[in-house]
Amino acid sequence: MSQQPLVTLQNVGKTFGPVTVIKDVTVSVYAGKVQVLLGENGAGKSTLIKMMAGVYQPDAGRIVVDGKTVTLPTTRAAEELGIATIHQELNLVPTMSIAENVMLGRMPTKHGMVDRSALRNRARAALSLIGLDIDVDTLVGELGIARQQLVEIAKALSINARILILDEPTAALTRHETESLFAVMADLRSRGVGMLFISHHLDEIAEVGDTVTVLRDGEFIAEVPASTPEDELVKLMVGRSIEDQYPRSTGAAAQPAGTQPAEILAVEHLSSNGQFSDISFTVRAGEVLGIAGLVGAGRTELIRAIAGADHYDSGTVTVRGRALPKGNIQAAIKAGIGHVPEDRKGQGLVTGASVNDNLGYATLASTARLGLADFAGQRSRAQAVATKLRIRMHTIDQAVGALSGGNQQKAVFGRWIIAASTVLLLDEPTRGVDVGAKVEIYELMNAITAAGGAIVMVSSELPEILGMSDRILVMRDGKLAGELTAAEATQDAVMTLAARDVDEKN
Amino acid sequence: MSTTTQPATRRGFDYKKFLANNGALVGLVVLCIALFIATPDFLTGQNLLNIGIQVSTVAVLAFGMTFVIVAGGIDLSVGAVAALSAMVSSWLFVSAGLPGWLALVGGLVAGLLAGVVNGLANAYGKLPSFIATLAMLSVARGLTLVISDGRPIKTPAEVSFLGGNLGPVPMPIVVLLVAALVASFLLNRTVIGRSMYAVGGNAEAARLSGLPVKRILVTVFALAGLFAALAGLLLAGRLDSAQPQAAAGYELDAIAAVVIGGASLSGGLGKISGTFVGALVLVVIRNGLNLLNVTSFWQQVVIGLVIALAVGVDVLRRKTRNS
Repeated sequence: MSQQPLVTLQNVGKTFGPVTVIKDVTVSVYAGKVQVLLGENGAGKSTLIKMMAGVYQPDAGRIVVDGKTVTLPTTRAAEELGIATIHQELNLVPTMSIAENVMLGRMPTKHGMVDRSALRNRARAALSLIGLDIDVDTLVGELGIARQQLVEIAKALSINARILILDEPTAALTRHETESLFAVMADLRSRGVGMLFISHHLDEIAEVGDTVTVLRDGEFIAEVPASTPEDELVKLMVGRSIEDQYPRSTGAAAQPAGTQPAEILAVEHLSSNGQFSDISFTVRAGEVLGIAGLVGAGRTELIRAIAGADHYDSGTVTVRGRALPKGNIQAAIKAGIGHVPEDRKGQGLVTGASVNDNLGYATLASTARLGLADFAGQRSRAQAVATKLRIRMHTIDQAVGALSGGNQQKAVFGRWIIAASTVLLLDEPTRGVDVGAKVEIYELMNAITAAGGAIVMVSSELPEILGMSDRILVMRDGKLAGELTAAEATQDAVMTLAARDVDEKN
Repeated sequence: MSTTTQPATRRGFDYKKFLANNGALVGLVVLCIALFIATPDFLTGQNLLNIGIQVSTVAVLAFGMTFVIVAGGIDLSVGAVAALSAMVSSWLFVSAGLPGWLALVGGLVAGLLAGVVNGLANAYGKLPSFIATLAMLSVARGLTLVISDGRPIKTPAEVSFLGGNLGPVPMPIVVLLVAALVASFLLNRTVIGRSMYAVGGNAEAARLSGLPVKRILVTVFALAGLFAALAGLLLAGRLDSAQPQAAAGYELDAIAAVVIGGASLSGGLGKISGTFVGALVLVVIRNGLNLLNVTSFWQQVVIGLVIALAVGVDVLRRKTRNS
């Protein structure tokens, strides 16, 4: 294949202050090919695509488009060369129509007014490029996420994009929607569009990709064909065996032989209309129960219902033999439940408030006397837990939003450690957390279970589920699809349970 | 001391930091010095007492507003609720024949109830606070006119006492200082006060941490209503009568005072001391412009520019600190 690439990032590097994020990486996108970018969170994938899209400028190396060295000072410059990015968070205006969104910024006008019929026609032409047949007057906000993504792709193609950067486009899609996206991608490939594809679903790589560039800690590791077996890819990506990365030490070791640790959390026949149904499981002291499944399988909804954050229709949640009232967060906390929510900034922390305040919210009322907040006590508790969890900060009065992702997450954990919670419900506990802090969080989980606590962990990162769980529940379409012991669980076994329904249909 | 990590601020006084964090106070001091130089009438005992009396109504309203803004809301009804509370109190005394002290309490209760309704509509009825309190503004002002039939009603002696003197000191100033202490104590020291910052900063995170967000919001608006009632009674006491059009538009002065005092309309930030300074800035400017014979038309222009300047400087300061 001696074809000239559409775009090449050649030996590029990028540093932010003292941190080198990308070091000497080369990646090319060819016409009619899908180049996959593979790497863990923090491996430098997003920095790399931002260089290609004109958001960041490389500090070293060069960018070559059609054989010519170029600079991309702005996203507009990249777009003019035919490079368009489909971001994970879509850049559409939900309150405007599809036609207006597709033509945003270049509305056809007639006598200074928007030419409605030209607008519709050009939008329709754009949608037909990817075979999308929907009324262009529909508001974008009324479309599902998958359709919105297609609208964004149509918009990119209508400004003559030859290179599409697809940043985790399948993360929020159902299996079925993913299939239709792949069909569109196959069609674009046959028409000579080059694509750079990022996904955390390893099984998608062979399905849609041609070649894979593997990154680790900002460095180029290998370029391999997309048909490379998944284990092989994981090994390249992680660079060490999974056991080292997930230092799970089971709490069961502390248990006298022959006795079963006490059951702490019991969930029975829990159902919430349209979200999950008939979920039952128990968690024992010292145990980490992993909950795996695809996005949209109802895992977050289940966790939130157990934590009291949302109401449910039927079933019971019992902690140490005592049933919890529905939708009552205070009662759940009193019973020992601590909830580390999915969206740290949106749900976990008051980012503008201090580390001290954030660590103390759950215990604000319980440590108060006559309605007066216990400032001195709170301060010393916060100071102690921040030291114990090694939260890296200037002072405890610093705004928590200024800390790194890993340290922010430790602050959420710290809140529940101060509250002496014994049942932790973790929803994507290491999302956006760098590798070093990840291991610290895993060690924290070990410490909690070793002290007799129980953990329920929802995660979309399969290696994390496999590496840290003592038992794994797999959810599919709101139901329990199966249960695996740590010994039985493999990526294949989990994915088969998580996606079985779809496989049967096909 | 438990703080071990602030070597720079522990020894000696950090002037730069103090100036950066107290822009409104610095502005107030500069303003006072300028007026002292510009006119001999400014720094006289009588004028200072006048300023104290004038600031009392605005500041008490603004203290209540501070709770709401810290918790991430807005209360447009405080002016109308102030008028309604004073009117209810006078009506209870004159028409219902209640003893004066009970009429006074009745006025406070009326304000509290109006606030509770605001809070319920916002927290449980899911109305944005802007809309809920805009409706209350109209309802409360309307009820004031209904009760009074559009005419002023005489206040009981107990309410007039609030507008009178305690020895040489005007009562409104005494009430103002007590209200400031109580409000500051509530916001800084109590669980409910600390919770307001969390709710204003991120209501969902506060809820998931177990804070009773809805109850907190109802309390916040109830406090705003109560402080508005107190402000209304102060105003009526000074005039010896409850006026149906009293305190019209005062909600905007209250919001301005809170914002000049450094609070953020997006919630989670704000202090009673800042609000106090903000109210003083507004009143001192008006007072000074009066002494300098500037017409009230131009005064409005100046006040508007001051609000824009105060918030603009604040936004700039936060931006540079974060980058």
